Amino acid sequence: MTMQTFKEWFFTTDHKRIGIMYLVGSMAAFVVAGLMALLIRLEQSSLGPTITDNPNDYNNWLYFHGAAMVLAFLIPGLTGFFANYFLPLMIGAQDVAFPRINAFSIWLFYGAIILALLSFVIPDPPDVMWTGYPPYSITTTGNTAFYVFTVHLLGFSSVLGAVNFLVTVIYMRAPGMGWNQLNIFTWTTVAAFVLQLVFIPVLASAVTMLLFDKYLGTNFFNPEAGGDVLLYQNLFWFYSHPAVYVIFLPACGILFEIFATMCKNRVFNYKACVYGGIWGIVGISGFVWVHHLYVSGMPDWLRIGQMVTTLLISVPVGLMVMSMWGTLYRAAITFNTGMLYAISCLFLVLSGGLTGIPLALTAITVHLSETSFVHAHFHFIMAMFSAFAMFAGIYYWFPKMFGRYADGPAATLGFWLNIIGVHVTFIPLFIIGVEGMPRRYWDYQMFPQFEPYHQVALVGAFMVAGGMAVTILNWIYSAFKGKVAVENPWKSCSMEWTHAPNCPQAGNFPNPPSVQPEWSPYGYEDREGNMAATTDPGYPTGPTAKPAE
Amino acid sequence: MRALTGKVVLALSGLMMASPAFAEGYERDPAAGWDHLWREIVIDITVIGVIFSVAAIYMVWKYRAKSDDEVGRGPKLSPAAALAWALIPASIFMADDFFLSAKGWTLWNDYRRIPDEAKEIRVTAYQWYWEFDYGDDLVSEELVVKKGEPVVLRMTSEDVLHSLYIPEFRVKEDVMPGRVTYVWFNPKRTGEFVETCTEYCGTAHAEMYTTVRVVEEAEYEQFINELKEEARAANSVKSQS
Ligand code: HEM
Ligand SMILES: [Cu+2]
Ligand SMILES: [Cu+2]
Repeated sequence: MTMQTFKEWFFTTDHKRIGIMYLVGSMAAFVVAGLMALLIRLEQSSLGPTITDNPNDYNNWLYFHGAAMVLAFLIPGLTGFFANYFLPLMIGAQDVAFPRINAFSIWLFYGAIILALLSFVIPDPPDVMWTGYPPYSITTTGNTAFYVFTVHLLGFSSVLGAVNFLVTVIYMRAPGMGWNQLNIFTWTTVAAFVLQLVFIPVLASAVTMLLFDKYLGTNFFNPEAGGDVLLYQNLFWFYSHPAVYVIFLPACGILFEIFATMCKNRVFNYKACVYGGIWGIVGISGFVWVHHLYVSGMPDWLRIGQMVTTLLISVPVGLMVMSMWGTLYRAAITFNTGMLYAISCLFLVLSGGLTGIPLALTAITVHLSETSFVHAHFHFIMAMFSAFAMFAGIYYWFPKMFGRYADGPAATLGFWLNIIGVHVTFIPLFIIGVEGMPRRYWDYQMFPQFEPYHQVALVGAFMVAGGMAVTILNWIYSAFKGKVAVENPWKSCSMEWTHAPNCPQAGNFPNPPSVQPEWSPYGYEDREGNMAATTDPGYPTGPTAKPAE
Repeated sequence: MRALTGKVVLALSGLMMASPAFAEGYERDPAAGWDHLWREIVIDITVIGVIFSVAAIYMVWKYRAKSDDEVGRGPKLSPAAALAWALIPASIFMADDFFLSAKGWTLWNDYRRIPDEAKEIRVTAYQWYWEFDYGDDLVSEELVVKKGEPVVLRMTSEDVLHSLYIPEFRVKEDVMPGRVTYVWFNPKRTGEFVETCTEYCGTAHAEMYTTVRVVEEAEYEQFINELKEEARAANSVKSQS
């Protein structure tokens, strides 16, 4: 890389380059956190010490794994990379509203990653898990400040991003583009940023109180001095339950884009999906946090009330599922690697979502809480459904970003290793979770009968490691050397494909688009008519996407 | 307004009382209730999962594109149809939700209503061990209970959060400084079971486990007598020094 290109990237304010930098940063976090996962599975694969005889090592890996996967991989990957790169393209905008603030956000994100990585070299790394519950996080000798500052940086970065993208969607849509003409991905991203904007300040204040309690001698969480141990947990989950939707919603949005394109179909019942599904989830998200505190000593009436609200999440989620399934109905499906991952998500969302239902019942969770059943539940929905949706999106938009295909035998091999591997890893954890295997355990002398299950899980973890190695190497190779892609290779109707050439330059569109009321990002049935309802892209876009004369 | 709220609360609590779980002579055992409800839920979610999986597999197979430029013919819904396609599925999901809520609530009441005859044992959690206090300064580090006598554990912590978990009895509740929480269970068969900590509490979190022994009456008396002996011995050591 020459000095010139380095400078161009370092000082860039282009949303696409910032997007790629988010992709690189979040994938780096994913790789390091993934290595931690291997260490975790190795350690549990036999009774007694396996690769370390110091439980603190294990606790540090677990802290890093959880915090990095949620805060540095999933959230920045989905709301940083995908939103940055594709949202302006989908709404026909030339950039985001505040490009420099956008550049500031990415550097905050990199600051947070560096801080997180530094925790490997400091003497007493944080060991507070990604949840950071006091009093332990206050009394531990581990360096809780690293946890707090990492959360601060990421939170600040996200809040800035939220403001930026909400303004962008409100004011910078292509002329004529009405709310009901937005891509589902755009809607899910808007919803995710609304959640970030509303709830991140709560998390930020919670961890700031931790900092004050630990280092400045305040007593927010100290019952002996009139504080309250449970306050932190309430605040933490008041943010962190909505945070699972910050992940879940954009992941669904990506899938909708892929299904619509690869099915050449309109999204089934668009309005129910957007106003009932997406906004229904946003509406309920702030009233269910106590389901993470079912065994934490909450008042009984609150545990029952939030059991009902938690179960009711199935209504908006169900509406989104109906629309997703409905998009397959009477479709004309073609396949590529992105679609393969997307189809697997149809099943992962079932195993992940439906196992949330027993967990929603207070009386059932008294047995399952903090066991590997919960661990498997949220890995199915986050580590598999959401991460696989991201991988689907990377393959699907690869030609857009790099002008080359990443599909091929390596991609397919990676897919099968991943999908088989995750099931081999997590199905045993479901089973022993119901039998009582606790999570966050360095060792399990009291349950020797579970050892074979942990061994199976280890095999699965190594399959995924192999699958991810193949996948990531394939991406890197394909970005530089892959087969050159034609314009709009999947023949999508969505604006990022029809109006912006592959590897769009600054400004995105040769001809800034505007649309008529009858245009839709999913207008496959009358493709020519749909193209006629928007501006000429201004460059040759191949036989199928050519506008009608 | 206030009177109305009062009436509603009364009516609701009346409903709770009337539920069969509290009928006279019913031998209460939340763990058995748990197993029962768990089976029902597994059936419920399996049915939903299978329906949607089969639908997905069928459609992905059935609607493969026959030619390169074929497009989908998904229905364009009329406003009424769109509303129906939202309200009908939503009602079905809600019906299932309320059905499960009702069952979950009933079982939860069982979990929280301590039987009058329950034996109270006080529990204190420390980093990283448990202490069980049977009253009269009789303490042990393993939990011993009499078969057939319901037990209520009143729990608190001396340092950080812990959580008391006995898989066999399907109970778990966090234990924290500054508050007292409780669980109760009905030990119906003798045996040795695991009790372990399930709230992350630092280095030796995974080693913070002990045994729950459910024993016959005679053995229980013997255990209590041993504790008394120990207490007496400890006291005499103390008074000598
Ligand atoms: C279908 C709706 C869902 C329901 C009813 C549900 C229910 C629950 C419940 C009750 C718990 C707490 C269990 C316990 O700690 O005892 C839980 C844990 C969790 N869920 Fe879900 N869930 C659903 C979907 C999701 C989604 C979509 C995500 C993420 C994208 C997610 C991520 C998580 C995470 C991260 C945890 C564990 C957090 C921790 O303790 O570290 N869940 N879920
Ligand atoms: Cu939640
Ligand atoms: Cu513990």
